[in-house]
Amino acid sequence: MRREMGAIEDQMQDERLTVRRRDLLSLIGTVAGSAAMYHAMTALGFASESRYTGPIRLDGDVKGASVLILGAGLAGMTAALELRKAGYKVLVLEFNDRPGGRNWTLRGGDTFVELGGFKQTCAFEDGLHLDPGPWRIPYHHRALLDYCKRLRVALEPFIQLNHNAYLHASPAFGGVPQRIRAVKADFQGQISELLAKVATQGRLDEGVSKEDKEILLLALKSWGALDRDYKYKASLIASEYRGYAKPPGGGLSAAPMPSEPLALSDILKSQLWRHFWHFTNYELQTTMFQPVGGMDMIGKAFAREVGDLIRYDAKVTEIWQNDSGVTVTYVDAKNPTQPQKVTADWCLCTIPLSILSQLPINVGAAMKQAIDAVPYAASVKVGLQFKRRFWEEDDAIYGGISYTDLPIREIGYPNTGYNKSGRGILLGAYLFKSASSFEFTAMPPDERVARAVEFGAYIHPQYRSEFENGIAVAWHRVPFTLGCGGDWSEETRKQHYRNLCGIDGRILLAGEHASALPAWQEGAILSSLDAIARLHERVIKP
Amino acid sequence: MRRGYIRGIKHVTFAAMAALLLQSSSPVLGQNDPPALKSRHFSSRYRFVETSGEQLYINVCRGCHMVDAMGASGAASYPSLVANRNLEASFYAIDVVLNGRRAMPSFGEMMSDDQIAAVVNYLRTHFGNSYSDAVMASDVQAARR
Repeated sequence: MRREMGAIEDQMQDERLTVRRRDLLSLIGTVAGSAAMYHAMTALGFASESRYTGPIRLDGDVKGASVLILGAGLAGMTAALELRKAGYKVLVLEFNDRPGGRNWTLRGGDTFVELGGFKQTCAFEDGLHLDPGPWRIPYHHRALLDYCKRLRVALEPFIQLNHNAYLHASPAFGGVPQRIRAVKADFQGQISELLAKVATQGRLDEGVSKEDKEILLLALKSWGALDRDYKYKASLIASEYRGYAKPPGGGLSAAPMPSEPLALSDILKSQLWRHFWHFTNYELQTTMFQPVGGMDMIGKAFAREVGDLIRYDAKVTEIWQNDSGVTVTYVDAKNPTQPQKVTADWCLCTIPLSILSQLPINVGAAMKQAIDAVPYAASVKVGLQFKRRFWEEDDAIYGGISYTDLPIREIGYPNTGYNKSGRGILLGAYLFKSASSFEFTAMPPDERVARAVEFGAYIHPQYRSEFENGIAVAWHRVPFTLGCGGDWSEETRKQHYRNLCGIDGRILLAGEHASALPAWQEGAILSSLDAIARLHERVIKP
Repeated sequence: MRRGYIRGIKHVTFAAMAALLLQSSSPVLGQNDPPALKSRHFSSRYRFVETSGEQLYINVCRGCHMVDAMGASGAASYPSLVANRNLEASFYAIDVVLNGRRAMPSFGEMMSDDQIAAVVNYLRTHFGNSYSDAVMASDVQAARR
């Protein structure tokens, strides 16, 4: 759908056209299978079409309508920015004393009190930070990228795949972490060798024509670093992929020495292949970005535009609608004595479902059931400050992520400030939905930090001498979300998703939980744009 | 969002080494929690390795319901489980752990019948709750849908 035609009528016509194309496509899919459907999709200009086609246009007379937005995260602030521009009267209520919600960065001097009363004061050196929530932006999150551009948020690359970072499995290879480069090359090389062997023996003839077989062999040789006999072995050919025992140098000692591959059987048993999806998944493909200076640069940039509309420290306690409008009751989050009320024609609620499900709200049964149906995922991040950037100085790891089977799961290296002397921060643990993410949540914060150091030292023994301080955020303990993000199952999505996203009287919802991109900032923005487009259509209707 | 784990593989237990001595420059004030345990079990994948009700409470439930089971309150609350009359009906307790409730995740796929029975029995006999009718793994199995 393209929006440059402007008028809302055109959009609606376009919408109908899209629906008709979809029907046609599903018919093709049913009759001829998915490959035929993909060809048809491409022919109709559908498959490559982005969900985001540029700034939203909300034209027409809004007749002085007012919208009360609950939550000043990215969904709420996107709506505030666009609705005010369209002529609406807008007010935003926010529980925190800052904008951004989960778009959040911790720096030296920041304090954070989690549920249960544990208070942490971030002791990072000036200029160092941790993003406890979102930390990377895929290139195809076009709405978020567009807002970054419009709000002048500077971006830099986020290194998702660093071939020189580690894959680690405690019981494998004597517990010694392996370079991603080597594991990937050795796996790919030996799989290629196997396939080449089967192909030359004629055992692929059913699946590959004689002509294609020759091409396949060439491809395997190039993809897998095979020699002229289609073998993957210790050689300079393989070393060009997996790295050398002694890399090419200068002068008399210039000649490179090949390295010894890991055996396929050892890689299979090590389970290190479990991590390969991080390097191929659509969500995590290069190029990825991060804002220069911390993820909260985005929230702050939004707040520069709409900060005057936000009432901070406002804890919503009730949402009530009737035929003429919505009344929201709230208290001062830090001094909850006097309840206050605000009334508006419409309410866009971006409060996480973990919280909204506990609030009195008079929406229909279908939406209420949807609000109650979505549990929130467990996730923990730990930031660690070290005296020096030993991962660069000693291990030549510049940005990227190491993966391990230890409970910390990931070690994230800073994707900025490369090759500098002095202190640096590592993401010392990133747990998401695993059993250990609950176990880390259940610990006091200082123990989370201690465990992250203890486990991380198996991969980087330098931890023991270089660690200085750390901070740990467990998302179920975060007072403003009570969880990391909406954890939809296929079943609950099928049953409740549409009911969650519909307009119920004068109330509609937005946020990552109202998107097909759960726990991504893009999901929050797209859900917000979709919601306000539908709301606007309702408002301007004669 | 992330599908990094794969279920059904043998789970490895990490008995953590003795806690390191850490000179944290920002000492953390734990409210009620006892000092860090010297050793602890960690589950390496999707399913929990803890077996006793006490271990499961301390390593899992405590995350939200807190060490004293009093729960906590922010923009919304985690309910207190202290002298909680809802625990009287054992099938209700089983159902909530098994299938979740609102923001509470379901643990049906992360805990076995034995584990869910153990943690339900622990809750129903601690924190001011004293229900003597213990539940069995077979009760949990029957409640799975």
